[in-house]
Amino acid sequence: MSKHPMQFVPTADFKERARGALDDDKLRKSFRGAMDFLQAKRRNQFSDEHERESLRDLGSAIRKYALARLPDLLEELESKLTRNGIQVHWAENAEEANAIVLDIMRRNQARRMIKGKSMASEEIELNHYLAEHGMECIESDMGEYIVQLAGEKPSHIVMPAIHKNKADVAKLFEENIPDTPYTEDVDELIQTGRRALRRHFMEADVGLSGVNFAVAETGTLWLIENEGNGRLSTTVPPVHVAIMGMEKVVAKLEHVVPLVSLLTRSATGQAVTTYFNLISSPRRSGELDGPREVHLVLLDNGRSQAYADEQLRSTLQCIRCGACMNHCPVYGRIGGHAYGTTYPGPIGKILSPHLLGLDEAGDLPFASTLCGACSEVCPVRIPIPDLLIRLRNEAKRNPNETVATPLRGQGAKHSAAERVVWQFWSGAFKSPKAWKALRWGATRLRAFTPGAQAGWTQHRTPLKPASRSLHDMLKDRDQPE
Amino acid sequence: MQARNYPPKPKDVYLFGTCLIDLFVPQAGMDAVRLLEREGLTVHFPQDQSCCGQPAYTSGDAEAARKVARAQMKLFAQDWPVIVPSGSCAGMMREHWPKLFADDAAYGPQATALAERVFELSEFLVHVLQPDYSAARAEPVKVALHTSCSARREMGTRVHGLSLLASLPGVEVVEHVRESECCGFGGTFSLRHPDISGAIVRDKVDSIAGTGCQRFITADCGCMLNISTAAQHRSVAVAGTHMASFVCERLTGESA
Repeated sequence: MSKHPMQFVPTADFKERARGALDDDKLRKSFRGAMDFLQAKRRNQFSDEHERESLRDLGSAIRKYALARLPDLLEELESKLTRNGIQVHWAENAEEANAIVLDIMRRNQARRMIKGKSMASEEIELNHYLAEHGMECIESDMGEYIVQLAGEKPSHIVMPAIHKNKADVAKLFEENIPDTPYTEDVDELIQTGRRALRRHFMEADVGLSGVNFAVAETGTLWLIENEGNGRLSTTVPPVHVAIMGMEKVVAKLEHVVPLVSLLTRSATGQAVTTYFNLISSPRRSGELDGPREVHLVLLDNGRSQAYADEQLRSTLQCIRCGACMNHCPVYGRIGGHAYGTTYPGPIGKILSPHLLGLDEAGDLPFASTLCGACSEVCPVRIPIPDLLIRLRNEAKRNPNETVATPLRGQGAKHSAAERVVWQFWSGAFKSPKAWKALRWGATRLRAFTPGAQAGWTQHRTPLKPASRSLHDMLKDRDQPE
Repeated sequence: MQARNYPPKPKDVYLFGTCLIDLFVPQAGMDAVRLLEREGLTVHFPQDQSCCGQPAYTSGDAEAARKVARAQMKLFAQDWPVIVPSGSCAGMMREHWPKLFADDAAYGPQATALAERVFELSEFLVHVLQPDYSAARAEPVKVALHTSCSARREMGTRVHGLSLLASLPGVEVVEHVRESECCGFGGTFSLRHPDISGAIVRDKVDSIAGTGCQRFITADCGCMLNISTAAQHRSVAVAGTHMASFVCERLTGESA
C-alpha cells in the first residue's frame, strides 16, 4: 500500500534529524499548536488536584501490582483466554511475532488485512513484513491511514499524524484516493477517508488490533478508541488478531476502570472515549456476528530486560497515553520523527534501549534536560528522569565491566576521552587545593576566557568568570588582612 | 516532593555556595549571606567546598559524582542547616545524594541525614526565617520569575520565590506564557545537544521579553546564565538577577 515503506535506522542521525526539524517552521508550528492544545485539554480534565494525585497513586499501584506478578498473571491470562476460545501466541521478538501473524493469515488463505491502531505492530514493522510476503495491509485509524498514505511512520503514539496539517492531508487524499478533489474542509476530508476505508473493512480477511489492557482474571481484551475503526477491525473480518506488549496485563477487571480514566484524560483530555471494546471470545454459536477466530500475540521484544531490573521495571508501568511527549520541551520542538524510534518522546527514550539495545538507542537517553515535565504528568508515576540517568550510566559503563545483569548495548556510549574529562573534573572538585588553584586561574586569567565555548556559544554569549570568587570574597570579609 | 517539616530558627547555618555562583555570580552568594545575617544568623562557609556533583551525576558518571559529593559531605559536621542559593543544587543534595549513596553503608546514612537539613535559600527564608521586608523600597517594579525545573519539582521553589517576592513592597510579578517550561539548560545537555537547547532557550527569552519586563528573577544560577547569555547573544534586552541579589537591592538603604 505505502509507496515507500520506511525502514527506520534507529537513531544514528538523531542530531541531524533534530536539526532538520528545528529548521522546519511549519513542523514546529504544528507541534507547538498541538502540544498547547493537548496540555490545555488534560489540564481541564484534572482540575481537582487532590483527585488527580489520588488517581495517579492508584494507577501506579495497580500497574506495580500487576508487574510484581507478571509471570503468574500472563499464565492466568493465557489459560482464561484459551478457555474463552482465544488462541494465545508468545513471541520473543519482532521476527517471531511477524511470523506468527503471517502464519495465521496463510492458514486462513488470507490476503488482506485491515488494521486498527496498534503501536506494537509498528514496533515489529508488521506492515513492511507482510507487504514483503505479498499481503495487503490497510491502516484504518484515520491518523495511521494518513501516515500510511504518506509512506511515513507515526510521529506520536496516540496521534500518529499530528505532524500533518489539513493542507498536507488534502494533498495526500487528492493524490491517493481516486476521484477526490482537493479540499481543506476537515469534515469533508474525514468523510472521504471513511468512504475509502469502508470498502476495506468489508473486503478484509483479517483484522488486526492493539490491546490497551488484558485482564487476567476474566480473559478479556480491552480496546478503547474514538473512531469505531477498532470495533470494525475486530468484528467484521472473519479472523481477529490482537497484538500486545506482554506488560499490558492487569490482574482484575476492576483495575481497568481507574487506568482507563487516567489514560483518556491524560492522552486526549477526554473523560471517556467513544468506543470501549471488551473482547472475550470469538463468535459463539448462535451469535450473528463477530470473528470466527481470535488470536492474541504476546510480545516480549526486549521487555524482559526492563522487567529483570527492579528500577528499570517501572518503564513497563506505561499505559501509552503520550502525556509525557505532549509536555516535553524537547519533543515539542523536534517532533516524533526525529527520534527515529517507534516510540518517541520521554517514554521512547526509556523504552527504546530495551527494545533496540543501548547501542541502537544512541544518544536518546542523553537528549533530555531532565526537567521532569514528563514524570509530573505521567498517570502512573514513572520516574522518567531517574531512569534516564540510570540509562546514561549504563551507556557510559565500560563495556568490559562485568555486571550481574548487563543491558543490551551496555557501554555503547563509553568514551575513554570523556572518562578522562570526568576524572579530571572529579579530581579538581574533590580536592580543595585543586579547586582553589582552578578558581585562582579562572578569575585572574578571565581576560583570556575563550570566546568560543563548545556548544555553548552557538546560541549564547561566552561565560566569563567573575574577577573574584565567592570563596575569595568571603575569606577577605571574614579574615581581613 | 514530600511536604517537609521545618526546624525552628537556628543561630548558625552553613552556606553551600555552589560552583556556578562561586565562579560566575559570587555577588549572589554574598547577598545570600547578607539576607541570612540580616535575620541574626551566623553564616559559616567551609572554604573547602566546591560542587554538589550534579554535572557528572546527570551526565551518567555516578562514580565521579560520588567522589565530589563525598568531599563535600564531611564539611558540614555540625547539625546546622545547609543553605543553598541555587534550587537545582539543593535538589541534588536533598533528593539525589541519598540515591547516589543508597548502597553505601558508610556514606548512605550520612547522605540521608544531611539531605534532611539542606534548604534552598528562598525556601529557608519563607518557612524558617520569615523576614519582615515591609520597610524595603516601595517604588513599583515589574519583574518576571523563572524557576529551575528540578528546583520547582524537587524543592517547591516557585512557590517560595513567589511568596518572597510578594513580601517585597512595590514588586509586581508578571507571569509569562509557558513559565513552567524548561529553559533548555539541562547542564551538559546544553553542550551535547546545542541545537535543541538553543531552540528551547530562544523561546524562553521570547516568552520573558513578551511580558515587557527586561528583568527576570531566579533562584537558580544555571538557568540564569543560560537565559541571560542567550538573550545577550540575540541582543534582546532581557537579563536575570539572582533572587538574593534582587531582595538585597530592594533593601538598599537599610543598614547592612
